[in-house]
Amino acid sequence: MADGSIGLWTVPLAVLGGAIRVSTPFLFVSLGECITERSGRINLGLEGTLVMGAMSAYGISYLTGSPWLGVLAAGVTGALLGALHAGICSLPRVNDVAVGIALMLFGTGLAFYLGKPLIEPTAPRLPAIDFGWWSDIPQLRAALRVNVLFLIGVALAPILYWAFRTTRWGLLIRTAGESSDAARAMGHSVLLIRLRATMVGGFLAGIGGSFLSLFYPGSWNEGLSSGQGITAVALVIFARWDPLLCLWASLAFGGAAALGPALQSVGVTSGYHLFNAAPYILTLAIMIITCSPKRTLTGAPAELSITR
Amino acid sequence: MTAEAADSAEAVGTIAPAANPGFLQRHGRTIEYILIPGAALAGALVVFGIFVMLFGKNPLDLYFYMYYGAFGTWFSWQNTLTRAAPLILTALCTALPAQLGMVIIGGEGALLIGALSATSAALALQGMPPLVIQIAMVCAGVIGGGLWIMLAGALRQYRGVNETISSLLLVYIALAILNHLVEGAMRDPASLNKPSTREIGAANMIGSIPGTDVHWGLVFGLIAAIAAYILIYHTVFGFAARVAGGNIRAAKIVGLGVSKLILTICFLAGGAAGLAGMVEVAAVQGRTNANLAAGYGFTGILVAFLARQNPLAIIPVAILLGGISASGGLLQRRLGLPDASVQVLQGIIFVFVLASDALYGRIGFLKGKS
Repeated sequence: MADGSIGLWTVPLAVLGGAIRVSTPFLFVSLGECITERSGRINLGLEGTLVMGAMSAYGISYLTGSPWLGVLAAGVTGALLGALHAGICSLPRVNDVAVGIALMLFGTGLAFYLGKPLIEPTAPRLPAIDFGWWSDIPQLRAALRVNVLFLIGVALAPILYWAFRTTRWGLLIRTAGESSDAARAMGHSVLLIRLRATMVGGFLAGIGGSFLSLFYPGSWNEGLSSGQGITAVALVIFARWDPLLCLWASLAFGGAAALGPALQSVGVTSGYHLFNAAPYILTLAIMIITCSPKRTLTGAPAELSITR
Repeated sequence: MTAEAADSAEAVGTIAPAANPGFLQRHGRTIEYILIPGAALAGALVVFGIFVMLFGKNPLDLYFYMYYGAFGTWFSWQNTLTRAAPLILTALCTALPAQLGMVIIGGEGALLIGALSATSAALALQGMPPLVIQIAMVCAGVIGGGLWIMLAGALRQYRGVNETISSLLLVYIALAILNHLVEGAMRDPASLNKPSTREIGAANMIGSIPGTDVHWGLVFGLIAAIAAYILIYHTVFGFAARVAGGNIRAAKIVGLGVSKLILTICFLAGGAAGLAGMVEVAAVQGRTNANLAAGYGFTGILVAFLARQNPLAIIPVAILLGGISASGGLLQRRLGLPDASVQVLQGIIFVFVLASDALYGRIGFLKGKS
């Protein structure tokens, strides 16, 4: 405990900081997956995309010295993995859930393979903006050191919400997701729409990965992501395919994920591993509460195989 | 449905030499089930060869060491078979629910819970005759793993929660429970660097098949796979499961108890993976610690898909993939490839196998009656 005077307040502060810091990868992956799922396809491979994004961002940042190029590289890697997913799924009789599982294993394996030489060196990190300058409490200042990517993600959520409702692209994606026949009748290629939606989704998930390696926790190792990608995919279902709800859900999950380290910092060490599993338990609990076998979920794209 | 079952039953048997001109046509589907995954595997190996070539390694060396490390010597055969044992069992964890049209990918979680339950049973019964302890470990492992996957099945049936996502989330929860217990309540104070439970005792280990270093877990796996095959293809229960997997509404209309089917199949599936955990404890590790999360559960998913969810076909596929992972050490030592190269190859194989699904029924010379 650095500052005894605020005592147990450390915990809510750390949870607040965690909600801002830890939520960013959840936010990007869930927004990306939201776009993909709205087009009628599910990409479970974003777990692999996240890890590949983290690895390539770290590698490029180390080689070029520019973390922002790393972020871009992560996005491009993610888009390529998305294209691979969409390409295989566009073959007849191929199941998108299974392809996602395959790419999850492939992405993590490839990232560990290529990332072996990157465990030792340190790459330049992304800068943070200090929003806590007015405060004297170090914990609060730490909690309010915000990364630009988080702000971009927060801005992206309402933009996507607006784009889904009003823009031509948003309508096309939703048409492909609700009824591929209708999209085809309008003269659009459903496969092409889904390819683009999956690539954009992969791009965002890759950027989410770059946040992991370039800001928080801010290093590359093989234990960097353990299930954050898949939690974010589940989060989209809970957020009812609504980008704004994805934002709130990501914040809640970030806070839950920060609970374990926060409690440890005030000396509560028993149950550390259980608190670390809080996001998974929370996801499962929320899915149990909100799903129902009787009806399809409101807001679910009709073409989505996972809710049918 | 029955014709298909009979066909895929033959898929794993040996093919008789072509005796009459209609052979290709009559066995078209059987040949497809061997030819297409085989071609996918070959394609994946070629791509992986190109991949390592980009890193300046000779792909021919790669193939040689892979063969040598997997099947080249008696020693490597034993290593391969030892790794195949848990893979057969974890593959069943995906293949059995697949008969119902469910995609369960949480075998790793059931394996960990099975290992934990088996260890607890062994530690609780210390002092009893080894056979009693071993039987108790099998029961505890099967029940622990079975209930774990049954939970995913029940959530799907009663709450409509997607079983793919819930079973994967349960993997991370299982790992957290294991770490929590191993570092807390069940920790052996003597295990300093690597928190572990107490050892189950050398006398209680299940040991090796006489004349080999391959443990009895392989026999467990073979029995489980054959039993699963009989259950799915030669019992009324299995028939009902396949009907429900093919058309859930038809199954409900003819009055099949779909809930019971889902829960039972999921229990058996998780039980198989739990047994894999028990085997890893009772034949390899001797105790429970984080080493058990070695990825057998995830490779098992690949085995099940490559075997096209057929319990008998799982046996040769598990041996093949066990061989690939057995050769990993040799690839590291001789070629300087990272240990993740096995994972990369498995990922490439998985992608190829799924993409090859598009080929079924499209190979010209096999088109005939089927």
